[in-house]
Amino acid sequence: MSAVLEKPRAERGTLPSRSHLDWLESEAIFILREVAGECANPVLFFSGGKDSIVLLRLAEKAFRPARFPFPLLHIDTGHNFDEVIAFRDARAAELEERLIVRSVEESMRRGTVQLHRQEDSRNAAQSVTLLEAIEEFSFDAAIGGARRDEEKARAKERIFSFRDDFGQWDPKNQRPELWNLYNTRVHKGEHMRVFPISNWTELDVWQYIERERLAVPSLYYAHRRQVVRRNGLLVPVTGITPPREGEPVEELSVRFRTVGDISCTCPVESTAATPAEIVVETARTTVTERGATRMDDQTSEASMERRKKQGYF
Amino acid sequence: MTLLGEIERKTQQTEDRGVLRFITAGSVDDGKSTLIGRLLHDTSAVLEDQLAAVARASSKRGQEDIDLSLLTDGLEAEREQGITIDVAYRYFATPRRKFIIADTPGHEQYTRNMVTGASTADAAVILIDARKGVLAQTRRHATIAHLLGVHHVIVAVNKMDLVGYDQAVFDRIRRDFLGFASAFGIADLRFIPMSALRGDLVVERGAALGWYSGPTLLAALEEIEIADEADSLPFRFPVQLVVRPGAGTDFRGYAGRLESGVLARGAEVLALPSGRRTVVENIVSLDRSLPVAVAGDSVTLVLADDIDISRGDLIADPDNPPRAAKTVEARICWLSAEFLDAKALPAAVLKHTTRSVKAKLVSLNDRVDIDTLERQPSPAGLAMNDIAHVTLALAQPLFVDPYGLNRATGSFILIDEATNQTVAAGMIDG
Repeated sequence: MSAVLEKPRAERGTLPSRSHLDWLESEAIFILREVAGECANPVLFFSGGKDSIVLLRLAEKAFRPARFPFPLLHIDTGHNFDEVIAFRDARAAELEERLIVRSVEESMRRGTVQLHRQEDSRNAAQSVTLLEAIEEFSFDAAIGGARRDEEKARAKERIFSFRDDFGQWDPKNQRPELWNLYNTRVHKGEHMRVFPISNWTELDVWQYIERERLAVPSLYYAHRRQVVRRNGLLVPVTGITPPREGEPVEELSVRFRTVGDISCTCPVESTAATPAEIVVETARTTVTERGATRMDDQTSEASMERRKKQGYF
Repeated sequence: MTLLGEIERKTQQTEDRGVLRFITAGSVDDGKSTLIGRLLHDTSAVLEDQLAAVARASSKRGQEDIDLSLLTDGLEAEREQGITIDVAYRYFATPRRKFIIADTPGHEQYTRNMVTGASTADAAVILIDARKGVLAQTRRHATIAHLLGVHHVIVAVNKMDLVGYDQAVFDRIRRDFLGFASAFGIADLRFIPMSALRGDLVVERGAALGWYSGPTLLAALEEIEIADEADSLPFRFPVQLVVRPGAGTDFRGYAGRLESGVLARGAEVLALPSGRRTVVENIVSLDRSLPVAVAGDSVTLVLADDIDISRGDLIADPDNPPRAAKTVEARICWLSAEFLDAKALPAAVLKHTTRSVKAKLVSLNDRVDIDTLERQPSPAGLAMNDIAHVTLALAQPLFVDPYGLNRATGSFILIDEATNQTVAAGMIDG
């Protein structure tokens, strides 16, 4: 698939030079090791999505031949693609690492999550289940695959981002973050969210998947799928998102740029069937990752910021 | 050549020069947002839906033109109040390099934010409005960049279109800037005339500045050489973790990042604080064994002798070891909103590389006025954004280099133990 792995680094005098992927990889490994060195009870969010797949690769590079110094955690909305859930389980088993799953449906049964309507997106409700899981296990650091290029509110977030006793993010009162000296200290009940791939873009992620030959769920590659066109998005036809009355169903060649909750994740038209083809398509795209695919970010200019303040990942 | 063209062609000739981090210093009035918008736009890093969202927001506020500053102002309060609160990070790439811009706001908390942005920056782009010339803030920006050890400075003389692209204006600004900044001894200082609004000499050359023969801003950023600097320093490897899988293997490695210098298999190393010497038996990264690591590489070292090393220790060049210090003299930038009273100096946790120790501020020696560079001896205290010379006493020794020689082993932060807030950023004197 890729020849990059075998290619020796370009000559700079007699020393190896570092590509942008080497730089990003080293930074992320450094951050993961700081979490392991300084936090008492960390956890890593693993959903089976591409960003968290990259995180697992980075964790292998940071800690092998030892085990990961943290378990993996997935907050299952119950509206995930079966293939992604199967991929998640298989990857965790292959790595022989512990996977914890907590579900939004359990929170709904407990009554801590209440949706206005049954068909409402459970994406925002994840925050409740997530904070419940953090409390249940007393996690003091939660590592996630969020990137600053994804969204405006995220562009201002720290790599080690403090959450108070209620899991809230206060964007106006963040700790200054200087050099690579991360202040990881929290009081009991508070925690850190840590984002090792903050400085990566969607293009970097795909270039890394290509270079490292990482397996990702096949939904990321072009496949034929029934969709309807709604508000400029291609909404996949599923049991959770059926076509509305009068909406014509089309079958198109599509791929998912993100694989979140089914109720709010849309594919894009594409024929890209390999990481290399996705790299080309990503470099050529004219619409951002979330702009093309997320129904929930379009409701207002600040919807991500509001969700994050309430504890969203 | 566009990034896409490069990827499609898959040529191996273009060297990937890694990542360059730079800070932009200037106010909105200097056209900073327009300049960043221009860099992002002309390198295709801004996408249609982002532009459309900015256009919607601009028209909602009754602005006719698209306000590119809205691209970088991400928080609700910022958009409501038309201000920038915090450092924002923006990304773009060319075939030669990936760039990370730290965009810092220009109002009250300016020093704190610029110090934060500059701490990780390889280069600084200092904007000057050609109509206004060198101002007090220009001096402040250059001073902070110098203080934070940014060795590559590009002075962007912007809005040249508004002074008729007059070379005499550019020459005068350069003279004025050198008038105060030559004392700093900035290693790599360039001046580029430009119009971010018209796009002259940012990414494209344009036709209006024919008398200037140097590179465009983007070309200058692509050319900056940073790897050789970091590689040529004595090696420093702060240990992050001991990797010991246990059961069934006797593997024992020391995980960390080589912060400076070059480290090869077979090299003799000095472990601190123990002072023991040993030899690098192997350098590993997952299933690969590397003959050499260069500055910036996160690796795991396997050493020939079983010596006691743990997190916070430093593996260093025995021929050029760092200095063991129980007291340090340093310049600090006070980051906390709480006033630091010289008569009641607090204890704090000092984090230096991967080691945290208890520290006491022993004295505030003088406060530096960032605008005039004058030193005020024995100040009554420090307010947020103040920069001062201090003496600190440490509970355990640290192994340090002067910040001017090595950022990684010359920098520290102070953390208030009660509130867990980061209250100061420090740079150790030579």
